[in-house]
Amino acid sequence: MKKELTCITCPMGCQLTVVDKNDDGNFEVTGNTCKRGPKYAINELTNPTRVIPTTVVVRNGMLPRLPVKTAEPIPKGQIFEAMKAINQVVVDAPVKIGDVVIENLLGLGINVVSTKNMDRC
Amino acid sequence: MIYDIVILGGGPAGLSAAVQAKKDGVENILILERDRELGGILNQCIHNGFGLHTFNEELTGPEYAARYIKQVVDLGIPYLLDTMVLDMTDHGETKIIHVINEESGYMTIETRSAILTMGCRERTSGAIGIPGYRPSGVFTAGTAQRFINMEGYMPGKEVVILGSGDIGLIMARRMTLEGAHVNAVCELMPYSNGLVRNIVQCLNDYDIPLKLSHTITFIHGKDRIEGVTVAQVDDKLKVIPGTDEFIPCDTLLLSVGLIPENEITVNAGVEMDNRTNGSIVGELRQTTMPGVFACGNVVHVHDLVDFVSEEAVLAGKGAAKYVKGTLDTNVTFTTANGDGIGYVVPQQVAMKNVEENVTFYMRVRQVFENKVVNAYIGDQLIATKKEKKLLPAEMVNFKIAKEVLEKYPAGEIRFVVEEAQK
Amino acid sequence: MYDIAIIGAGIAGSYIARELSRYQLDIVLLDGENDVGNQITMANSAIIHAGFDAPSYKLKGKFNAVGNIMYEKVCDDLDVPFKRCGSLVVAHDEYEMATIHELYQNGLKNGVPGLRILFREEVHAMEPNLNEDICGALYAPSAGIVSPFELCANVAENAIDNGVTLKLNHMVTAIDKDDDCFKITTSAGNIEAKFVINAAGLFADDIYALVGDPYFKLLARKGNYFIFDKDAGSLVNNVIFPCPSKNGKGILVSPTVHGNLLIGPDAAPVEKGDISTTGDRLDYIKANALKNCPTLPFKKIIRSYAGLRNTPVADTYTTTDGDFILEESPVKGFINVAGYESPGLSSIPAVAHYVVEEIVKPLIPDIEVNHDFNPKIRPHVRFTELSDEERAEIIKKDPKYGKVICRCETITEGEILDVIHRNAGARTVKSVKKRCRAGMGRCQGGFCSPRVVEILARELNCSLDEIMYDQQDSAYILAGETKSAKEEA
Repeated sequence: MKKELTCITCPMGCQLTVVDKNDDGNFEVTGNTCKRGPKYAINELTNPTRVIPTTVVVRNGMLPRLPVKTAEPIPKGQIFEAMKAINQVVVDAPVKIGDVVIENLLGLGINVVSTKNMDRC
Repeated sequence: MIYDIVILGGGPAGLSAAVQAKKDGVENILILERDRELGGILNQCIHNGFGLHTFNEELTGPEYAARYIKQVVDLGIPYLLDTMVLDMTDHGETKIIHVINEESGYMTIETRSAILTMGCRERTSGAIGIPGYRPSGVFTAGTAQRFINMEGYMPGKEVVILGSGDIGLIMARRMTLEGAHVNAVCELMPYSNGLVRNIVQCLNDYDIPLKLSHTITFIHGKDRIEGVTVAQVDDKLKVIPGTDEFIPCDTLLLSVGLIPENEITVNAGVEMDNRTNGSIVGELRQTTMPGVFACGNVVHVHDLVDFVSEEAVLAGKGAAKYVKGTLDTNVTFTTANGDGIGYVVPQQVAMKNVEENVTFYMRVRQVFENKVVNAYIGDQLIATKKEKKLLPAEMVNFKIAKEVLEKYPAGEIRFVVEEAQK
Repeated sequence: MYDIAIIGAGIAGSYIARELSRYQLDIVLLDGENDVGNQITMANSAIIHAGFDAPSYKLKGKFNAVGNIMYEKVCDDLDVPFKRCGSLVVAHDEYEMATIHELYQNGLKNGVPGLRILFREEVHAMEPNLNEDICGALYAPSAGIVSPFELCANVAENAIDNGVTLKLNHMVTAIDKDDDCFKITTSAGNIEAKFVINAAGLFADDIYALVGDPYFKLLARKGNYFIFDKDAGSLVNNVIFPCPSKNGKGILVSPTVHGNLLIGPDAAPVEKGDISTTGDRLDYIKANALKNCPTLPFKKIIRSYAGLRNTPVADTYTTTDGDFILEESPVKGFINVAGYESPGLSSIPAVAHYVVEEIVKPLIPDIEVNHDFNPKIRPHVRFTELSDEERAEIIKKDPKYGKVICRCETITEGEILDVIHRNAGARTVKSVKKRCRAGMGRCQGGFCSPRVVEILARELNCSLDEIMYDQQDSAYILAGETKSAKEEA
């Protein structure tokens, strides 16, 4: 197996080539400029994950929406399921950066946290 | 009272400059911010990817802003919110800044030094003049971003995006996550104007097609936009007849470039560079007007906020030196953009102010592979930067050590894209 | 029952309504749009022509120069930006100079003041950025520039101040005449009136066809325009016309009263309502504008748009000499103000006076003067025009003037609130833009439009997604809240 992909760990966007000669999970990664490249490539092929930055409804805040994110990357295939769950949430200001908005999102063991300090007003 | 430094803008550049100036021992600093909170455009950039260079971790826009806001608050630097600067006038030893806000009304603020950090604004549909109707539903990507992320409203459900700048790519994903359908991102050039990671993360992840060498030739819909005609362009950017395609949509987002916002700069009489649309600056971001500094997107449009913060540190240092009377004003070098390079910042270098090295920021004019950027003084090659790939979307940071530059008494440093020497 | 119903709240209908409000009459002003002056009045050259073009035997020739002279007083009463900047019709050769001489003679007949023929040196001394091969020009110092949408909004406001009823979103769909009463069916209810004035612009022929046998027909002719940033606003001082040909006045280059630069228009027959800009026509305009003004900085364009003219044309049943139609129609009590194209804006103060005094008054013998008529509107605060002291004072009085909403044009929240709460007030983002210029600047509302939407929603007590950009219901800006799934759940 041979696959080309673009590393997105940082803005460099290295073009990585991943080769699994014997299709036995022994990946060989080339094209990376740092050690994060191979890690990303292998992860991307075995279990691609993304951090989801989005918003939730907030009451009594300076704004009607509070920006949030998943504290860790979640499986790519569950992004829309996660969005559904996040869209159900209503929080009350004040909120601090890092406050947990959803605990254990979709049973993944990953929290959704606030990314902004939102005062009550 | 007369301030030492007044900073025009409380976005990432203004905050970072303020922190640096304060650390360098300047006491009387004031930040002027027109919005209801500090942080500038970062407040609506809720996506992650900020801070990898500065903090070595991946933050969202509001989180990145919060780190600097905390430093400003902890250092006790005063700021005024909801305050609009109307004008700045030069009076030699001091500058007078004319501002208004609801609370205090009309005020003039006198300062020894000013740091301009007004950021940039988006190019509009007016500027690119797409033929067709002028219906509602045509937004710049940043306006749509504000509506969705801050106000909590959707601009529409069926989306076409013109231009592959980073905000457009980010908004393609953002609208998809919020339940909209993004039909296509059209890019006039044969390459994207956004960061590669954004193309992967924002388009490829969601199967959103990126149509390179495509433009919009007509906007349909008298009241609300009903669709666009998209056509392919040739290498001279002219539409190829017979390639048109109608794409229905209720929303068109434009991500067709950013322009430094320099009304105050120009009116004050600061000398401008028509390549960057920003002011001409030196190694510590001093402008041609003594006491006036500029940094961040108001000088040239950056692709990463980390570099904005980095540049603002220079301006903070520069303004602090100016206030203390230790800023050297003798320009040693000027810079020039040779083949393949669109612009270089800084445009001037006063060597006596340089600590260890000078970082030259520049953008290439087109995509280059396996080339180098060479720096020359006269015929003399003084430094080389190798890049596997040079993209117009990704700013080149070219660091040259002080001891290299010191070998030359004066002159012009010219940057060119060339074949790598074997 | 109203005494008079005016169909169409463009500049003609609105101005006539205001002139009629000098009398004790019950007047209703109807428009199908959600703002006054939202069609032809909105997109044109914004020029108050001196009046040397039209032949003196035509109504156009009769009213243009007279209307022009009235503009200072009108714009002073109605607080509308107006500048008598002058105009030049430029000639590149002796043939064109011959036309210049003809225009000069015609202008004298029409009573245009101050006309002069300029030689090469004078032209270039007056306008250093014109093409060097221009060898002479007709100079008309009385030509001016105005803000047509502000004029229309303010004249409508003044009409309402003086008792006129304005009904927007009332699209006329049928008219029946019953003895001495017109029964007007609209999209929002029926209206009765003793007299009708048809000032429906491009649709005046369609409106007349609802009540009488067609005797005129209107053709939409589209003109494309470009607006340049204020940086380019001082490229010319006068309105620069090319020498006219049989195709019309040609592509002009003009300063605008707000300090921008405008070029256009071309002329192409189109379907009524087609206000799309056309790529090849825009190229044509650029090419022609360059002939007179070779250094036009096209990089500084901030907006392109198209507007329509309503030109009377002959067909099987009608004839025309291309003049204004200002008369009581064959249907008694039904007055047509039609074919009202250029120089309609320039002529309107004189035409409205004529329509009221010479057409309406004879129909209503017992008409009585409205002694309460006030020709002036409450002046606007224009923050950018205030001195530092005045700025300080107004913010002290009303802090909303201390909050800048449109940063390009420096328009404050106080100014936006004012245009929302006046008579004939703004209800849409576009109507705010037309009245106080929020969103007219180089960023074209990118920065301020979300803020204007917020202000409108707050002041009109509705949600953000109920605020329209322009047309009622169809020109929505926002498609509902995010997280709407939650609210349904």
